[in-house]
Amino acid sequence: MHSLYYLVSGPLVWVSIALFLGGIIYRVVSMAKLARKKDIFVYEYWSPYYALRSILHWIVPFGSVNMRKRPVMTVVTFLFHICLLALPLFVFAHVILVKESWDVSWITLPETASDLMTIIVIGACAFFVGRRLFVPEVKFLTSPSDFLVLAIVATPFISGFWTYHQFAGYKAAAIVHMLSGEIMLAAIPFTRLSHMIFFPFTRGYMGSEFGAVKHARDW
Amino acid sequence: MNEHPESSAPKSERKIIVEPGVERGIAKLTPEKIEKTIRAVLSAEAGARFKTYIDTCVHCGLCSDACHFFLSHDRDPLFAPAAKLKQTIWEIVKKDGKVDEDFLRKAVEVAHSECNLCRRCSMYCPFGIDIAYMVMMMRRIVHKLGLTPQNMQDTAHSHSATYNQMWVKEDEWIDALHWQEDEAREEFPGLRIPIEKEGSDIFYSVIAPEPKFRAQLLYQAAAIFHAAGANWTMPATPGWDNSDICMFTGDHEMMGRLKKVHFETALRLKAKRIVTGECGHAFRSVYDMGNRWLGYKMPPIPVVHAVEYYHELFEQGKIKVKNKYKKPVTFHDPCNISRGMGLHDKAREVVRATCETFIEMEPNREHNYCCSAGGGVINCGAPYKIKRVEGNSIKADQMKAVAAKGAQVVIAPCHNCHGGLEDIHESYGVHMEIKFLSDIIYEVMEKPGQE
Ligand code: SF4
Ligand code: SF4
Repeated sequence: MHSLYYLVSGPLVWVSIALFLGGIIYRVVSMAKLARKKDIFVYEYWSPYYALRSILHWIVPFGSVNMRKRPVMTVVTFLFHICLLALPLFVFAHVILVKESWDVSWITLPETASDLMTIIVIGACAFFVGRRLFVPEVKFLTSPSDFLVLAIVATPFISGFWTYHQFAGYKAAAIVHMLSGEIMLAAIPFTRLSHMIFFPFTRGYMGSEFGAVKHARDW
Repeated sequence: MNEHPESSAPKSERKIIVEPGVERGIAKLTPEKIEKTIRAVLSAEAGARFKTYIDTCVHCGLCSDACHFFLSHDRDPLFAPAAKLKQTIWEIVKKDGKVDEDFLRKAVEVAHSECNLCRRCSMYCPFGIDIAYMVMMMRRIVHKLGLTPQNMQDTAHSHSATYNQMWVKEDEWIDALHWQEDEAREEFPGLRIPIEKEGSDIFYSVIAPEPKFRAQLLYQAAAIFHAAGANWTMPATPGWDNSDICMFTGDHEMMGRLKKVHFETALRLKAKRIVTGECGHAFRSVYDMGNRWLGYKMPPIPVVHAVEYYHELFEQGKIKVKNKYKKPVTFHDPCNISRGMGLHDKAREVVRATCETFIEMEPNREHNYCCSAGGGVINCGAPYKIKRVEGNSIKADQMKAVAAKGAQVVIAPCHNCHGGLEDIHESYGVHMEIKFLSDIIYEVMEKPGQE
């Protein structure tokens, strides 16, 4: 147990960060190179102004017609993504770890807030599973890997919650928490979670084509 | 929502339409040929956009509500935009080209008759995934395999043999222009349809159905140019037709040849710019896709759609309205000039300048529903007609709603939209006339030499 703890809290952290950062660089560079070779027009049409215009419309809640048509989905996705990104960065326990290691720190979330946000992430994952199981058009598109991805995302939050509240077996949960967090980080560039990396590019390109070439809105 | 026979619960099985051209093509295929052809297309043409779109799609289904096929089939998941990719190109990528004949039959049907390449779904997908582009890639593969539905392929053959869409011979074309000039000179004595005039401001190009069976549009265009005192011309040689069904079959090489001859004819006549008639897909071909294939970021000579040109005429006061059009009108935004060129507001200004009462349909502008004829779907012909009409009951609902608000005429500045809307109006009992913008302008404008 101790050596496992040592492994997941030491070397594996670095491995996952390396895979995460290296993976992002690799994916973006290979996409950019391939685009140079085969879709040169992407560079030609890319317009920072229109790319940003489109991206902004789609990262602001209710900024697009489709988001306004689906208020529940919009609220759930936004809360989910905000909590998903903010929690790991600002949860007290993480910041403390960083402070102990390198003596740098930043603001942290109040504990009740982190608790609530964790529940939001877990609840949203359940909501997404529900969509995949019960909404016909989503079910039709869903493949087993989509559930796997949801599991990869939910596990660190469930186990983190478990550890924090010191439920039975929380020591094991802590290990699961660290390990699953590392898996999630490393999985981002190499699974559908890569939508995080590619969003600015796909959205930005559509925004550029619609805005700069076709003089139309894309939201 | 309108009732139609197949609109009940989501179907898990589809009945494939047997199409002679597809069957003939399939008879010539072998598993090796299928695999080799598909791999060749994927390795040569599927680039970063293609791969990124496949990897980035999170299978969320949020694009579904964009699609008129999906909405018209009571939210049948088979008709959701991303589902069309799952049934076609995703599977091809997953199996690396090892697909069988039954799969291909289904893929042809999905790609050619269940998607109008209207791009509405790109405005609904949070990632802006260009589903139409992906469907087009499927059509490209279908073309390379020789499986394009025969009606559409016949049109493509006409393009390659004659450089126009409808097997119009060169003398027939010139004859049509002379005929319309003759007719129009009774109404406007000094009117000319200037053929092969060098150095004019405008090179006017149309699609082949105009000389073939909508010659009154040539008449009206000539009348408008005449009234506006425009310096314009049309060529006597191939290159007069700006339409392009090859763009929709995935025959990009032929699309390139067509656009090349079109641009070069305008350049040969040293025209300042091209004005295209009221057609959406032709504009897409000239302004968006054909130029790109030829390596031009923007067309080598400025291209203006008729709607934009009319707008200019009214803005500059070159056309004066005698009596505004009386019947209440509504406006159907063609995908290729709204989502494709943002002309929705200019079109509305022209409508307001010419008509007494304008009633909006909902949704409108970029969010208007496609007519379901676009993207070459109507060109696939009779075997797919019922399917095309059933796939757009939502359009009938939209039309009935605006008719209930009092609209009697729907203006649609696109040939394809006319074809699509006529079928929808007829099948669902929508009682509105369908008109081109030039029909209205011609009717209401001050005509030179007349009281
Ligand atoms: S018909 Fe239009 S909305 Fe439907 S899938 Fe095709 S491009 Fe998307
Ligand atoms: S295309 Fe876009 S909206 Fe449709 S399922 Fe994929 S990610 Fe979701």
